[in-house]
Amino acid sequence: MLKFLKATAAVALISVAGHAAADPLGLGRTATPAEVAAWDIDIRPDGAGLPEGSGDVLTGEEVFVEKCAVCHGDFAEGVDRWPVLAGGQDTLASDDPVKTVGSYWPYLSTVWDYVNRAMPFGNAQSLTADEVYGITAYLLYSNDLVDDEFELSHENFAEVRLPNEDNFFMDDREQSPVFTNRDACMSNCKTDVKITMRARVLDVTPEGEGDDSAEAPAAEAVEVAAATTEASTEPEQPVLNAELVTAGEKVFKKCKACHQVGDKAKNRVGPVLNGIVDASLGAVDGFKYSKALRAKADEGHVWDDASLAAFLEKPKAWMKGTKMSFAGLKKEQDRLAVIEFLKSHSQ
Amino acid sequence: MTDNPTRKGANRRQFLTAGLAAGGAAATASVAHAAGDPAILEIKPWAQELGEGVDARPYGTPSEFEKHVVRRNVPWLTADPVSSVNFTPLHDLDGIITPNGLCFERHHAGIAIVDPAEYRLMINGLVDRPLVFTLEDLKRFPRVNKVHFLECAANSGMEWRGAQLNGCQFTHGMIHNVMYTGVMLRDILAEAGVKTTGKWVLPEGADASAMTRSIPMEKALDDCMVAFKMNGEALYPEQGYPVRLVVPGWEGNMWVKWLRRIEVGDMPWHHREETSKYTDLLGDGKARRFTWEMDAKSVITNPSPQAPISHGPGPTVLTGVAWSGRGTIPRVDVTLDGGANWLQARMDGPSLDKSMHRFYFEFNWDGKPLLLQSRAHDSTGYIQPTKDALRAVRGENSIYHNNGIQTWYVNEQGVAENVEVS
Repeated sequence: MLKFLKATAAVALISVAGHAAADPLGLGRTATPAEVAAWDIDIRPDGAGLPEGSGDVLTGEEVFVEKCAVCHGDFAEGVDRWPVLAGGQDTLASDDPVKTVGSYWPYLSTVWDYVNRAMPFGNAQSLTADEVYGITAYLLYSNDLVDDEFELSHENFAEVRLPNEDNFFMDDREQSPVFTNRDACMSNCKTDVKITMRARVLDVTPEGEGDDSAEAPAAEAVEVAAATTEASTEPEQPVLNAELVTAGEKVFKKCKACHQVGDKAKNRVGPVLNGIVDASLGAVDGFKYSKALRAKADEGHVWDDASLAAFLEKPKAWMKGTKMSFAGLKKEQDRLAVIEFLKSHSQ
Repeated sequence: MTDNPTRKGANRRQFLTAGLAAGGAAATASVAHAAGDPAILEIKPWAQELGEGVDARPYGTPSEFEKHVVRRNVPWLTADPVSSVNFTPLHDLDGIITPNGLCFERHHAGIAIVDPAEYRLMINGLVDRPLVFTLEDLKRFPRVNKVHFLECAANSGMEWRGAQLNGCQFTHGMIHNVMYTGVMLRDILAEAGVKTTGKWVLPEGADASAMTRSIPMEKALDDCMVAFKMNGEALYPEQGYPVRLVVPGWEGNMWVKWLRRIEVGDMPWHHREETSKYTDLLGDGKARRFTWEMDAKSVITNPSPQAPISHGPGPTVLTGVAWSGRGTIPRVDVTLDGGANWLQARMDGPSLDKSMHRFYFEFNWDGKPLLLQSRAHDSTGYIQPTKDALRAVRGENSIYHNNGIQTWYVNEQGVAENVEVS
């Protein structure tokens, strides 16, 4: 593979030179420095690309608990099937390898780059540089790689090394016996062939997918259900402001990472929101609510326009201890619109 | 069941169920009617009444009898459908081209909806002139048409520890094969002028995962394309509309969708999708990185667990697909007895570089159980290994690049099952 890379460089030079000699078509326009700065956000292991800034473990923990813990857990241990980010040391050669930032990732720059470009899930590129430094520092701490007084900055970034860096190597498949075998036996290759394992024993194939027999009835049932709903709810449907519903649908994009509405809606990070307006708090089947929400529910609160508006404006102020890691909708118009949109999904 | 009235207008689903129940007797059922086949003797509505006019379906869709031909997912695989994968129904397809609506999907932050009027592609980094192109600009470069397979590196990844999912859609369906129209990446790079220090490129997506992968310059200048059409029409949103990167023969994760930027650099970036993910953990705890090429692989698509033999003993068509990230597939071998004896299958259809190939094997089934396998040979001489041979060198923790030989057990009724054999 190293050989290949050296060859890469040589060929690259020749080809580029060849193309440079060809007349450019003059297509495109020069990118402005501001445009390049807006999109060129990538970070490399040597720290190239890092903006100035810093964040310590404790500040990072606060940001992490507020913005990341709903999926990754307060201690980066992972919730449900969301990624585990801490622990897993000495498990890579076991039957159950746990690949975390501390146990597997080779470079710290990958953490900074990925958190900055893609997190929080559903609200990407919303963190400040200092918040990303803080979260990165907290992840080092939660993997026992630094103490709780550690502060990460653009200045000390390149000094931090992750423990698993040296356990990665370039693709060498071409040296393996699997690759070099050129013998395809055609007859009497085995004397005894026995079945050693069957998929049916595990039984993890999605229901009704093995053949098509289960599907059509389900589809019919959905159609019937949809038709019934339409017929029975139409007369009772409150008159909605269509413009506001449309505006609310756009605002709802901010909620979509965690909440679903519509016929196929399922509980995800947050509960299904069909019929949420005027429903009792904590009433969605199968959703694990926070203690804070259950306490409010016990007080008899209902999700009417006023409580929804108050919750959506500042979730954590209205319900201290809520799991919902959402900063809130500052504009009243956005709150009214999204509530109107939720009303359009009455069931 | 010979005179069963529900057979009238029976769809494929009912046919399959009936066929299985009757142990493959369904093939002769319809002619047992005394005077002959009702499908012939009765005047059917479609033979008498007028159908829909030309504009009833401005954009055509498959027959209502083909509703079962859809992508499917495995919900327990991932935490959330927004960052997940579904699977191409290989068992319902033939030839080598995957229809656009059936190409498997893999998103990391859902389907980005990008307005083509606001689409921009930026080239920056180690270039003479950082450039910005509109979609219209890209279409002014000389265009090329190429058919290539795209396979997710994790295709068959659920099978590392043994037979798990019952159906080639689930075991092998993270692949599609499409004709792309686009422009060569080297032409775009030449427009910006790559500096002599430029050894790598970093394509980046415009979606909320801002997908990035490091690609060596040799590959970028060799056969990578910036594509805007698939099978003749605009890319589908879930395949990166309006523009995606095509990286022939290399793992699907590198084919960045909603492509917004390509940076030129002097070393790889080691981003998340080439460190935490898409690296191959071996049994000793060490991990391979930059395992780009997809090794030669094949699978029998019919019969298979979702497509049993429904006609009983007699003339039977076995078919499947094969592909290699290193070239073409001149040959596929097939065994009916679990690998004791092999015969060459018949290749049919176009044989194109880094494209899916179709093979057939016609035989007279005696109604006895079968242990079916296929074995691909690629144009470099590489031979698809058994799963056990792969595990011997890779362990069972690899996830990616499982190209081992697949076995289907077919019983006397023609029902097929995913198994492994000694």
